[in-house]
Amino acid sequence: MNRTPPVAVWAAVVLIAIVLILLPFALSQVGTTWVRIANFAMLYVLLALGLNIVVGFAGLLDLGYIAFYAVGAYAYALLASPHFGLHLPFWVILPVGAGIAALFGILLGAPTLKLRGDYLAIVTLGFGEIVRIFLNNLSRPLNITNGPQGIARIDPLRLGGLDFSTYETYAGVLVSGPMKYYWFLLLVAVAIIVLNVRLQNSRIGRAWEAIREDEIAARAMGINTRNVKLLAFAMGATFGGVAGGMFSAIQGFVSPESFVLVESIMVISMVVLGGMGNIWGVVLGAVLLSFVPEILRWTVEPVQHALFGRALVEPEVIRMLIFGLALVLVMLFRPAGLLPSAVRKRELAERAE
Amino acid sequence: MSTLLEANGIAKRFGGVQALTKVSFTIGKGEIYGLIGPNGAGKTTLFNVLTGIYAPDEGSFVFDGAPFTGLKPHEVAGGGIARTFQNIRLFANLSVLENVMIGRHVRTRAGVIGAILRNKRTVAEERDIEKRALGLLDFVGIRARANDQAGSLPYGDQRRLEIARALATEPKLLALDEPAAGMNASETLGLRRLLEEIRQDGTTILLIEHDMRLVMGVCDRVLVLDYGERIAEGLPAEVQRDPKVIEAYLGVAHAA
Amino acid sequence: MDIFLQQVINGLTLGSVYAIVALGYTMVYGIIQLINFAHGEVVMIGAMVAFTVITVLAGGGMPPLVVVLIGTACAVPVCVLVGYSMERLAYRPLRRAPRLAPLITAIGVSIILQHLAMLVWSRNVLAFPQIIRTEIYELAGAAITNVQIAILAICMLMMLGLALLVYRTRLGTAMRATAQNPQVAGLMGVDINRVIAATFVIGAALGAVAGVMVGTYYGVAQYTMGSLLGLKAFSAAVLGGIGNIPGAMVGGLLLGVVEALGAGYIGDFTDLCKVAGVSDWLTERCAADPHFILFGSNYQDVFAFVVLILVLVLRPSGLLGERVGERA
Ligand SMILES: Nc1ncnc2c1ncn2[C@@H]1O[C@H](COP(=O)(O)OP(=O)(O)O)[C@@H](O)[C@H]1O
Ligand SMILES: [Mg+2]
Repeated sequence: MNRTPPVAVWAAVVLIAIVLILLPFALSQVGTTWVRIANFAMLYVLLALGLNIVVGFAGLLDLGYIAFYAVGAYAYALLASPHFGLHLPFWVILPVGAGIAALFGILLGAPTLKLRGDYLAIVTLGFGEIVRIFLNNLSRPLNITNGPQGIARIDPLRLGGLDFSTYETYAGVLVSGPMKYYWFLLLVAVAIIVLNVRLQNSRIGRAWEAIREDEIAARAMGINTRNVKLLAFAMGATFGGVAGGMFSAIQGFVSPESFVLVESIMVISMVVLGGMGNIWGVVLGAVLLSFVPEILRWTVEPVQHALFGRALVEPEVIRMLIFGLALVLVMLFRPAGLLPSAVRKRELAERAE
Repeated sequence: MSTLLEANGIAKRFGGVQALTKVSFTIGKGEIYGLIGPNGAGKTTLFNVLTGIYAPDEGSFVFDGAPFTGLKPHEVAGGGIARTFQNIRLFANLSVLENVMIGRHVRTRAGVIGAILRNKRTVAEERDIEKRALGLLDFVGIRARANDQAGSLPYGDQRRLEIARALATEPKLLALDEPAAGMNASETLGLRRLLEEIRQDGTTILLIEHDMRLVMGVCDRVLVLDYGERIAEGLPAEVQRDPKVIEAYLGVAHAA
Repeated sequence: MDIFLQQVINGLTLGSVYAIVALGYTMVYGIIQLINFAHGEVVMIGAMVAFTVITVLAGGGMPPLVVVLIGTACAVPVCVLVGYSMERLAYRPLRRAPRLAPLITAIGVSIILQHLAMLVWSRNVLAFPQIIRTEIYELAGAAITNVQIAILAICMLMMLGLALLVYRTRLGTAMRATAQNPQVAGLMGVDINRVIAATFVIGAALGAVAGVMVGTYYGVAQYTMGSLLGLKAFSAAVLGGIGNIPGAMVGGLLLGVVEALGAGYIGDFTDLCKVAGVSDWLTERCAADPHFILFGSNYQDVFAFVVLILVLVLRPSGLLGERVGERA
């Protein structure tokens, strides 16, 4: 369990860290949009990791996961925007938002504990839609969510004296707002990954996996499946809520349109495509599915121009066609995902018994 | 010999099938108690009722001096009864070692906070879980497979793993549902030794088994069910001669 | 006018369409335990093909009924082909794969079909030519149109036909056997691949007809129309007990009626001005504006899901679903 990685591993880790830290400088050479895309990729990493706890670890198929993202996003938006005239600081909102999301997780989890896999899937899907429909309509008779128009002019992230929305020059190097968010998100993502690894290799993580593998056997081993499942829902929802809060801060604007079913499907695709239950697979899935459609967005049109002299087909359509096709093909050729979760081997120290 | 488990008039019905009819028996501490009967006699159902998977329609259990009826499966495990399953139910995609470590769940405490912070207590507990799990794998003789996928083990080893996993919960009563099914003669012999060792360590055993040689060789007393009813109980040799038992087995043309 | 009866009629009409679509989900699920996410898209394609055919033929002087029938006759084979191909190409190779893999390919297929439809039929809302003259009949104080009657009749006929097929023919027996236990069915000489393909084909054909009905009933079609319709139909299937054919029918009708009644009455039920006396603020407010409606008919789409969740929480296997006893 406590093996010391060889030097080569450390070297690789340091190298990857340096690349990740310097990445926004390279990306902003191509265009600040790409830094923003990277930021969204990291939000998706958070979401996918949160969903992975529910689906990958505990084996509970949740198709309405985006609802928790929405809850976190709106919690931030309502507490830090002119809509209610509240401007609470980030470190207050974050735990509040995460807590509310966790509450929603339990709210969803509690009545659905007895449901078999596919029934659970459709109920969670319905739950996601319900949350979205409420966000869309809670503008009358009392204006809580501002309906389809959404909430705008949300406060950007401010930590201490650092304002994440402004450009600055440090020692002659231009640092944009999106770049600051990038580093912040990178930090959060790394923290969440560590957290997930630790959770997975813990008593609780094993209990989740036991439920996924065989619920009856898990119970017979003394696992209180009700509590452990609720914990999975709550943890997953918390991650979703945190990601949602940061989405609000980065975007400065939220509306129900960001939380449609397709988004839930996107996140579940990331988890399954990358390799359910495998943390690194899930991270890979999230990064790929965030970047590939964007890369397609920026290449499909120029390629058409080069080939036919004009855009024959809307780039958006081709992008989505390729995306759909990619989902099908990857699953056909790697049904357990790109990085399937393997049996975890432990370094077994020979101990004198 | 003091009593460990007492069953009083347990009845269970599924639709039109009376799977158990007023079954009563007592198991003493340190015994190996056999439960036999033709297929469909209600043996597994009795296990399921005892371990909280089903609630009995009638009757009650007393375990280790305290009422033990209507508990949930995880409470049963916590209370000191562990079981295996007739149709092996391992956590097939996890490692052999992890399977046994999960058996420690009910005797350990670390929660989410501990998992995330990896504080001293959690680390120590985790080390203890691993150590005991390895010890149990050693005990049942499959330590060499600790890192293999549980579902990939040969059949006999899967049965042993199930026993190790159940033992990890530190049961007072270990309930085994046909552990020798599918084993060859030498594996069965090994199993018999294992059962005797488990008993020597102070664990009482409730054993469902079709292999009569094993039952007669290892059990102190045997209960016979037929169509959900208790038709005989006593020493293996007595039971074997009981005409009702012979009829029950011959009557269903079951070669036991 | 009898609002209650009116809503029931509207609900039954829509519900019978839900039921037909739900059958497609439930049959596939019953046999291979797959949520065929792309089924809603098959329905959409049915509507789109019919739209094209009807638009082309609309001015030709043919009787409207014949035009619609030709439209349906074209939609069915196209949808059958789509249904068959997706089973063959996207699902069959994954029969032994982990459970969620085919779900993701289904999502992929659904995205592909939607965007292919968008390429062919544009992203606009398409208006069906109104060739059928709507006749309104009075029924115990409520109105029912000839289109509604036709939809109800066709749905009932299709359900009857399907029931006969499933319970009275060799194919139906093979389907039920495969649903029970594919291995055993295979050993007994059932060609499982053929049965599964047939299930997709039948579901797609039903879906095509449902698509034409939705299109003509609402008079519009769009490439996204399959999503919500599919979602609700799937809810209906789950409501009735997924895998259970009578369940899908009951679930569909029930969902349609609940939705219609819910939309019809929720505004009244949550109008706080009915209890304006409880607070001064409310009294004042209601004097200015006679309604203070908490939840209006804009919450219509919530009902399907709320009912679904309530039913499943109370009966975890759906209304007619068998209670799966956990066997240990
Ligand atoms: N969950 C269940 N639902 C319906 N019938 C059951 C269930 N479990 C067991 N039975 C029935 O109860 C009877 C006893 O079964 P069981 O306890 O498995 O027998 P044994 O283990 O002695 O072979 C059988 O007739 C069996 O079909
Ligand atoms: Mg049995």
